[in-house]
Amino acid sequence: MAVLLDKNTRVICQGFTGKQGTFHSEQMMAYGTNFVGGVTPNKGGSSHLNRPVFNTVADAVTQEGAEASVIYVPAPFAADAIMEAADAGIQLIVCITEGIPVADMLKVKAYLRGKSNVLIGPNCPGIITPGQAKIGIMPGHIHLPGRIGVVSRSGTLTYEAVAQLTETKLGQSTCIGIGGDPIHGMTFTDCLKLFEQDEHTDGIIMIGEIGGNEEEKAAEFIQAHVNKPVVAFIAGATAPAGKRMGHAGAIISGGQGTAKAKFVALEAAGVTIEHNPTLLGKRMLEHFQGKS
Amino acid sequence: MNIHEYQAKQLLASFGVTIPAGEAIFQASEAKNVAVRLGGDIWAVKAQIHAGGRGKAGGVRLCKSLEEVEQAATDLLGSTLITPQTGPQGKEVHRLYIEAGMAIQHEYYLSLVVDREKECISFVVSPDGGMAIEEVASLTPERILSVSVDTAGGLSAYIVRKMAFFLDLKGDNIKTFGQLINALFDMFKATDASLLELNPLVLTNDEQFVALDAKFAVDDNALYRQTKIKTLRDFDEEDSREIEASKHGLNYIALDGSIGCMFNGAGLAMATMDIIQLKGKKPANFLDVGGGVTVETVTEAFKLLFSDQHVKAVLVNIFGGIVRCDIIAQGLLEAIKIQPMNVPVVMRLVGTNEKEGQKLISDAGLNVLWAKDLDEAATLAAEMV
Repeated sequence: MAVLLDKNTRVICQGFTGKQGTFHSEQMMAYGTNFVGGVTPNKGGSSHLNRPVFNTVADAVTQEGAEASVIYVPAPFAADAIMEAADAGIQLIVCITEGIPVADMLKVKAYLRGKSNVLIGPNCPGIITPGQAKIGIMPGHIHLPGRIGVVSRSGTLTYEAVAQLTETKLGQSTCIGIGGDPIHGMTFTDCLKLFEQDEHTDGIIMIGEIGGNEEEKAAEFIQAHVNKPVVAFIAGATAPAGKRMGHAGAIISGGQGTAKAKFVALEAAGVTIEHNPTLLGKRMLEHFQGKS
Repeated sequence: MNIHEYQAKQLLASFGVTIPAGEAIFQASEAKNVAVRLGGDIWAVKAQIHAGGRGKAGGVRLCKSLEEVEQAATDLLGSTLITPQTGPQGKEVHRLYIEAGMAIQHEYYLSLVVDREKECISFVVSPDGGMAIEEVASLTPERILSVSVDTAGGLSAYIVRKMAFFLDLKGDNIKTFGQLINALFDMFKATDASLLELNPLVLTNDEQFVALDAKFAVDDNALYRQTKIKTLRDFDEEDSREIEASKHGLNYIALDGSIGCMFNGAGLAMATMDIIQLKGKKPANFLDVGGGVTVETVTEAFKLLFSDQHVKAVLVNIFGGIVRCDIIAQGLLEAIKIQPMNVPVVMRLVGTNEKEGQKLISDAGLNVLWAKDLDEAATLAAEMV
């Protein structure tokens, strides 16, 4: 398989019967995801989109063997939904919800510490293993099964890179949107680690943005542990300091978290950096043409 | 969202933190009466703007007579302060805060922040208060201590001791400091703060810790449950276009270039701004229409761009996943009924319903330049200005 998700992964949706949950669950099924049911409290026992609805995540785990969950629960209740999924033993938790208070995420992260559950997001497009399954909101049709792993803090910008990989026929092994919030689940480093180990991934595209220092940490990891080619872009080189650029985590504060510093750190770690986001696929292709 | 110093101090007081006696005024004529009420023989008249660096910019005046207080108030109200944090255009002063002076032994720096790396709340303290903390960090980093508070473990007493000994506090002051730290931590959590900075926090001659200056920012995502703090928003501090945009659920930030931009998604928006710069031009704004767009929000977005006189060309870059291209097109057609399209518009509309969207615009006979990808779109837009 690629990483974290394949066609066998048994997926449920929390917030299943809501508008977003319904629309995207249909899309996920249409893409081929092994979608086994959903959770909406007080609607347990009914059926929605020809799948069973459960009152609790624990019920979905016991009765359907759910392994992964996608969360479309509104922001005020999303932290609770993540912790419920973790408690029920869901291994892969993907939280799409945007606008969760930071204090709630601090609590979630403390709760998850020492546990083996993997959290992707929040405020992210989700994860897709092209040709097999998708968990999230990304348009499936732009993807092509292939051998490049993509990890990104941005949704739409990921689609841009994906489209380039599809056009160059390199395709994607798995694409992970880690989300635009300051406190979130999987980091760049976590994803790089998986892609480096994955025998179906030959190269990695990494899309960062201003704010925080996760890209710098990733650079340290790449230098020490990654042998596959990495192409990186950082969004926000022209963003003014002190302004939040759409994503809660995209802010330069106290001179920290600039695109320049991140580009410098990645370049020093041997990453192919590219300042033009339309050339990422091309840069990756050059790696393989150069080799052959 | 940021609030003013005097509002932050009122919040602090409600959590049991000592603040100087003070009152906010909106008119210079009130200044003298306030000073009389506060008593004493020295006062600080402080401009209330959402930016640091006020002191050096002349926005804080120490006054030794009632006449000086009145003069300072008259000078400051309505003036424009330019500090390193306001940008070159500065900020107009609409409110003042007048405080009674006090005898100070020592000035400290103290802040609480959400530590992204450690994923917890952290305190930052320094014995060198009153200076910009960035300056202390670069000149004498050993004079700054950052202490994180484990979310599960909470604010244990050893954390307070660590800070107190670092600041070289003695005797009863350590106990008083501990009470202060607990109050600040409670406040930070209860108010969903993203920043609380006391610079300086002072120790007075009568051994009291007093928040002499205060800066507070709340997590925007938590405003739905911080209804009281939400009412403290000061629209005078924000760009009028940003306020208009936020009313319609648009994510807009005014910038100083000439290419008006519209995108979906924050990352794509930033990346498009970057590519405009690579082409040698500058974006006039950041505008993310988000995922849940309607014809109405898109209409408002186009109106914002077309009514901005700095905008010499408009670049639309939509990679529609959830966003439907025909909605974007309909929004454009609605907008030009109210606000004429008198600058060139470059459009890249791809993804869901792209054909329908493109047809709507072509059928209306609009003179739009179509681009097949982001690079071409940015190149075309850059050529137009």
